[in-house]
Parts: sequence; C-alpha cells; structure tokens
Amino acid sequence: MDVIRRRPMGAGRRPSPARWALIVYCTLVFVFLMLPLIVVFPISFSSAQSLQFPPPGYSLRWYKVYVNDPVWMAATWRSLHIALWTTVLSTVLGTLLAFSIVRGRYPGKGLVNQVATAPLIVPTIIYSIAVYGLFAGLKVIGNWQGIVLGHTVHALPFVVLIVGAALRTFDMAQEQAAEGLGASRLTAIRRVTLPQIRPALISAAFLAFISSFDELVIAMFLGGANVTLPKKMFDNIQLEIEPTVAAVSVLQIVLVTVVLMLAARFGSGARPVA
Amino acid sequence: MSVLTGVLGRRAGRHGPALALGILPIAFLLVLFVYPVLRLLLFSVENGSLAHFEKALTDGLYVQVLLATFEIAIVVAVICLLLGYPVAYLLATASPFWAGFGFALLLLPFWTSVLVRTYAWMIILGRNGIFNRTLLELGIVDQPLALLHNTTGVLIGMVHVLLPYMVFPIYSIMKRVDMQLLSAAEGLGASSAQAFRRIYLPLTLPGVFAGMTLVFIISLGFFITPALLGGGRVMMIGVQVERLVRQYLDWSLAAAVAVILLAVALGVAAFFRRVLKGDLTWT
Repeated sequence: MDVIRRRPMGAGRRPSPARWALIVYCTLVFVFLMLPLIVVFPISFSSAQSLQFPPPGYSLRWYKVYVNDPVWMAATWRSLHIALWTTVLSTVLGTLLAFSIVRGRYPGKGLVNQVATAPLIVPTIIYSIAVYGLFAGLKVIGNWQGIVLGHTVHALPFVVLIVGAALRTFDMAQEQAAEGLGASRLTAIRRVTLPQIRPALISAAFLAFISSFDELVIAMFLGGANVTLPKKMFDNIQLEIEPTVAAVSVLQIVLVTVVLMLAARFGSGARPVA
Repeated sequence: MSVLTGVLGRRAGRHGPALALGILPIAFLLVLFVYPVLRLLLFSVENGSLAHFEKALTDGLYVQVLLATFEIAIVVAVICLLLGYPVAYLLATASPFWAGFGFALLLLPFWTSVLVRTYAWMIILGRNGIFNRTLLELGIVDQPLALLHNTTGVLIGMVHVLLPYMVFPIYSIMKRVDMQLLSAAEGLGASSAQAFRRIYLPLTLPGVFAGMTLVFIISLGFFITPALLGGGRVMMIGVQVERLVRQYLDWSLAAAVAVILLAVALGVAAFFRRVLKGDLTWT
C-alpha cells in the first residue's frame, strides 16, 4: 500500500537532493551557532600581548593573569556563592509553587500562574531598574544577598515550568496508593512523588545555577562596587578587548558543558521546558 | 493559614494545603517582583501628570529609539524564522541520534552566557576581526566590512541569542504533525512541494507564531548585545532605559519608557493568545 506507507524521513533511506540541501543549510546554521564558542579557545591560549588571530604562539599566560588577579578571583567566588544560594532558594520556592499550581484548585490560581511566569515576559532591564529602585531606597545596594533575591526571581519561572511539567505527567494514583497504605500525605510526597520527579528537580537546579552565574544586568544594578564575574567581564570588554576575558569565557563554556552533561545524565535534560 | 483559606477557598479543607504550599513563593514574588515593578511603573505618572509619556512619545529621540527597537525586533524575528524553521524541521525528522546531536548544538550556545557570546562576536566581526581578515586574505573584499558598532553587528548578535527560542516551539509543534497526512497527499497526486505548502506549513503555523512572538518580545528588552555590539551607535529601548536611570537619574522618564515597552510586550503576547489562540509555554 503505497498511499499510507509511513516514511520516517532520513531514517535509513538515501536522502533526496532536497534533503541534502536542507542538511547543508542547517549545517551552516549550526556552524553559525557554534562559531563564537569555538573562536574563544585559540584566543585564550594566545601568547600575544594583545588580541591577535591567529595567535603567534600558544601559552597559558592569560589563564595565569586570571588566576593571579585578586579582583578576578573575588568576582568569581562572589558569583559562585550567589549562584549556589540562588539555586537553593529558587529550587525550593519554585518547587513549592509548582506543586501549588499543578495540584491546587483555589480561586486566583490562574493569576498565580501568570505571576509565576511573568518574570519571563518582563524584560530583565526593566526588572533590574525596578528592583534597583527598591533596594536603593532600602540602602542594600552592594549586598550579595540582594543579588541572590533578584536572581531568584529571574530563575523562578524556569524551575516552575520544569518541575510543573514533571508534576503534570506524574501519576497521582501512586501517591494515593501510598496514602491508602497508611503513609501520611507528607511521607507519600517525600517517598513516592519527589523521587520520581527528581530528574526535573536536578535539571531545574542546574539551570537555575547557570542562569544566576551568567546573569549580568540584575547584578550590575544591585552589585554596586562588589562586581560579579559577568560584571567584571563586561567592564573589561568595554575598556579594551584583551584575551583575559577569552580565558574566562573558555572556563565558562567548559562549566556550562559539564553542567548540561550532568543535567542530561542525571536530570530531565536541559531544554528550558520539558 | 486557616484565615486565608477561609477567605479564599469555599472548600478550604481540601484545597488549603495546595494554597499553603504556595504562600511562601507567592509572597516572595509579590514583595520582590510585583511590588518593585508596579512601584517603578507608578513613577511614570508622578504627580498625576502624563508629561513623561508625552515626552517619550513626541520627543524625536525617544520616538526614534522606540521605532528602531521595533524594527530591529521584527527583523530579528524574521531572520530567526528563516534560519530556525528548516533547523526545527531537520531535528523533527531526523533519527533520534542526530536529533539529540542537533539539540546539543542548540543547547550549548543557548546556555552559554550572552556576555561570552557577545565578546566572541566582537573578536569575529571587528575591523581586524577574524571574519574581515579571512575575507581580505582571500581577496573577496579590498576594504574591511563594517560589521561591528552598527546595526548589522547587533542583528547578528541578537539572532545568535534568540534562534533557539524560535526552534523550540516550532520543533514541538512539528513533532505532533502526523507525517502520514503528507504521504496521503502525495498518494492523492500532490507533489512534495504542494504537500509541504498546503498541509505541513499550515499545520506548523502555530509553532511559527509562538516562535515569532517569543523572539519579538524578548528582542524588545535587549540590553547587553546592543550595548556592546552597537558601540553606542545603535540605540535600543533597553540601552536608553539604563542610560536614563544611571546617567540622567530621570526615573520618571525611564518609567514611562518602561511602561510603553511593557505595554507593547504584553499587547503582543495577548494578541498571540487571543487572536492566534496560542500557548507560550513551549511544551
């Protein structure tokens, strides 16, 4: 039956000329996507005094500059510290919120759902000046705790969407069965539900970490003189393009790669939503 | 809790726990998100006057910035569509191995800091950058092309950041299309091109609308990319708002511009939801 023959395109069949054209076109798009990530590698190992391509020779001098500079190091530790707190806070709050939205049937839930994902729609620059105005009034600009709060708002929608998607596909009957067998509601959630949505929790936590570690605009407004790693990079880039930033970029790309691989291996993947 | 659930829920006994779980994060968002944003927006109508809106909508500079921002956002959305639709199609029809590989190539840049990527584009696109060097050495051009500190550079950087936001929603719609419909159409005499144009394209249009909406809305608020790749010459609303707050300390005007930006973003999102019946979550 030729008419209803299912054709899994590209699976084991010789691609048609049109398919080849598509593959070539998409390969170019993927090259465009990967090019900036690849380019910083040779630059970061350059032995040149300034930015040169191709580098005249290779060395670790820019990595040494980075590691031996107390300002770069302080910014790095500050960012790690902030990202870890943001991860904990946004994963806990986001999971609670996801439970509330998916399980609850209270009036105003639709509004809660919209508020929970609104930080995705409100541009970061607007949120940044909004929270900057608030914190400046409270005289807490420059406190790392303030940046954690801002970054948690920023990361919360990702956690809610990822954990919420996992909760929606979770079979409630299992939890009810546990309760029927005598477990309390809390025990049932802790022993039955949470272990099953663990991959989503892990992915959400990793992505919350990256979103904070990479975030510039909120940290720029709330950080004051206490610059985070992205702010330090931003300042350097604006001043002069020199290869230290390339070395830091390479380390960031490696970190993101490792985190994504962990999210793919132990979590539910790294796509922003299910 | 009992007071709250008593007020809010008719069947508070059953639904109280779910609401109670949400109280902490909801309070968090109210205090640290809703309150500061509303507070900022209220600055725009300080003293009950609409003068700041008038300035933002009539002053040549601000009108120019608003229009330039919309124009860039539209161009970025169209380029992302042209690049993203074929990629989504390839991923949706590839074998699991190659689809996974393609997604890795999409997600790695997606989660890499915008700052790192913008810096890399500065290295690539500069006057003495890698791209111009290559073109000069190959004798394709005599003069280095101006790719940085202008709109071209900003567009390249923004498309790079936003392309995944186009691919994800189109891909998830494509995965739901029943490919047998195409076989059926071809069996009934349609050419592959006709089957694609008359059946596949209309069926995947919701994904296209979702991607376009998402990319357009996110483009409006861009700051890092225009600030660095535009070199101060490409004014977008985000850059202008930052300048108003940090350099001119003009909170009221910044707030008025922010209100306009938000209104457009929410308006586009609402149009998408109501008229196009779309869903902005990308599942």
